Amino acid sequence: MARLVIENLTKRFGRVVAVSGLSLEAQSGTITVLLGPTGAGKTTTLRCVAGLEHPDSGTIRIGERVVNDLPPKDRDVAFVFQNFSLYPRYTVFENIASPLRIRNISRDEIERRVREVAHFLHIDHLLERRPIHISGGEMQRVAIARALVRNPQLFLLDEPLTNLDAKIREEMRTELKRLQGETGATFLYATPDQAEALSMGDRIVVIRQGHVVQVGTPHEIYHYPRNVFVADFVGSPGMNFVPALFEGEGKLNVGPGYFTFELPEEAASVCRRTLKRPEVLFGIRPEDILLSIQGGEGWYPAQVDVIEPLGVIQIVRLRLNGHVLRVRGEEGASFEAGERVFFRFKKEKVRIFDRLTEERIF
Amino acid sequence: MNEFQRRALKNRVIVVILVVLLCVYLFPLYWMFSTATKSKVDAFSLPPKWVWRPQGDNFRGIFYVGAGGALGTVRGIELKLKPSAFLRQLGNSIVVSFVSTLLATFLGALSGYVFSRMRVRGKDDLLFVILSSRMLPPVVIAIPLVMMYRSLGLFDTRFGLIIMYTVFNLAFAVWMMRSFVDDIPREYEEAALVDGYSRFQAFFKFVFPEMRVGMVATAIFSLIMTWNEFTFSLLLTGERARTAVPSIAHSLGTAGVNWGHIAAGSFLMVLPVVVFTFLLGGNLIRGFTFGAIKE
Ligand SMILES: Nc1ncnc2c1ncn2[C@@H]1O[C@H](COP(=O)(O)OP(=O)(O)OP(=O)(O)O)[C@@H](O)[C@H]1O
Ligand SMILES: [Mg+2]
Repeated sequence: MARLVIENLTKRFGRVVAVSGLSLEAQSGTITVLLGPTGAGKTTTLRCVAGLEHPDSGTIRIGERVVNDLPPKDRDVAFVFQNFSLYPRYTVFENIASPLRIRNISRDEIERRVREVAHFLHIDHLLERRPIHISGGEMQRVAIARALVRNPQLFLLDEPLTNLDAKIREEMRTELKRLQGETGATFLYATPDQAEALSMGDRIVVIRQGHVVQVGTPHEIYHYPRNVFVADFVGSPGMNFVPALFEGEGKLNVGPGYFTFELPEEAASVCRRTLKRPEVLFGIRPEDILLSIQGGEGWYPAQVDVIEPLGVIQIVRLRLNGHVLRVRGEEGASFEAGERVFFRFKKEKVRIFDRLTEERIF
Repeated sequence: MNEFQRRALKNRVIVVILVVLLCVYLFPLYWMFSTATKSKVDAFSLPPKWVWRPQGDNFRGIFYVGAGGALGTVRGIELKLKPSAFLRQLGNSIVVSFVSTLLATFLGALSGYVFSRMRVRGKDDLLFVILSSRMLPPVVIAIPLVMMYRSLGLFDTRFGLIIMYTVFNLAFAVWMMRSFVDDIPREYEEAALVDGYSRFQAFFKFVFPEMRVGMVATAIFSLIMTWNEFTFSLLLTGERARTAVPSIAHSLGTAGVNWGHIAAGSFLMVLPVVVFTFLLGGNLIRGFTFGAIKE
């Protein structure tokens, strides 16, 4: 198992810059998640690491070796492709065994390892079938098995769970994480799914348009997003934003004109020190807002717009003049569309962003 | 008339039209076959005879000079039959078309793979240049070609013809194979590369087997085109290396027109193509659509 270090990676396709000056580090024995929306450059980054694309600039180091000029076969990585189709001519068994066949491994050993990994991924019963006779989700698991059957320096997984249905996906998340923990493997794991990133990653690298936006633990990414993009992209639903004015001292006028409240001292002092303009964005996560039918001290009025029930939880959309606040709460507390309600929020969870640069200030 | 009856009627009309068209297309074949197997008298009788006693004189006649009568004696042995040039020409046709087809298909498969997968400087221009070699009518380049062939000593050799046809078929083979390779997912070999295979190993183990259908289709096209080719063979060969197709036409000139022989020769040339086409119909259609239709 080895550490992966990428420095200043740039990759262009004609005029499209797919990856631009990207640097990241995947610690040995951990899961590093590459999180970004579609087209962010996740696949391109993984392909550069695997040696399937040649970077325009930058260095890629696996362990102590700079691998820039090594052919893929000498990099000792395993790759689970985003849309891998298995070799149609070979059985599932042969598909999984193929990375072992090229190495000097005895037939018995191959047999043993393929069966072991197949058992782990619950595909024992498929081993003799041809790929056209298995389902999409099963194919995906075979593709994962192909990677896991070896013991490479580094695993590259490109949205390996995307084609699975929700239940298996959640199961596989835990399974993959458990497996990684047991073997101490190094994972670089690309996904556009923030929930997957938060639940699986030891560290998350958020990328957008080929740039790294933020690197951090899931906790940091979730609670201290670097800017509006990360705050909105991570979380389900993402953070709420309402324009606001910082009125000297410690008061924040949200709306502006909708309500004004006193910031906690810590936030206020940061704002006083760093703000050059009073125009900010007030940000609050949907689960940090409380709803009630009755008003009172510190409760603000709003109107219920829509209610989205999501099983055990529900999302209530509130309308505040021109703005929308999404509130995430337990189901049960029943509100009706159009109803007037009151809300309150946890002041210590308020985040403040510069309205112009969209960077987080506090 | 309800919907079903209307559709049935429509189908019937289409079938009738197709049958008529088929007859039009098959008529020359029928005429060729009948002329080849009729006696001279029957062949020229008017109105044409629909029933006749088939006889093989014409076929014997194209393979043997002097069929039917003694040629003379050489050192006391009476020579009845002497093989004609046609047998050799048929041999030329077979050798030249098979060898050039094999070469073109193999080279086409390799370069089709490269054009499909690798980054080649000026790829589009190269592909266009390759295609443009098929745009000129052969006659346009005939004079320089004949001169070059003469000075290189390639004139009237099978080797020269093989080179000509390989180049001629290569353009088609490259384009066709490229589109077939385009249809094979890149991930097949990329996965193999990451798994530890070299590019050659990955190609032969995982890509080549997928290319076989395409190669068969390409080979059939090349074979038929070469087998039927007329102009280059006529221009670039004389006595020795000439293939069968222009030779048949050539017999027009000497000693009157022997329609029976021409029909028999043409029939022999067309027969393998027809049989081939029927046997491999599906593959050919896939080839025609240039890989545009996926299974
Ligand atoms: N071979 C290529 N040729 C041209 N452009 C490409 C190529 N591969 C990727 N791109 C472009 O590079 C950018 C990044 O693509 P990439 O596939 O890395 O994104 P991604 O993050 O993997 O997205 P997704 O989540 O949709 O898989 C995109 O704008 C894409 O159109
Ligand atoms: Mg991708």
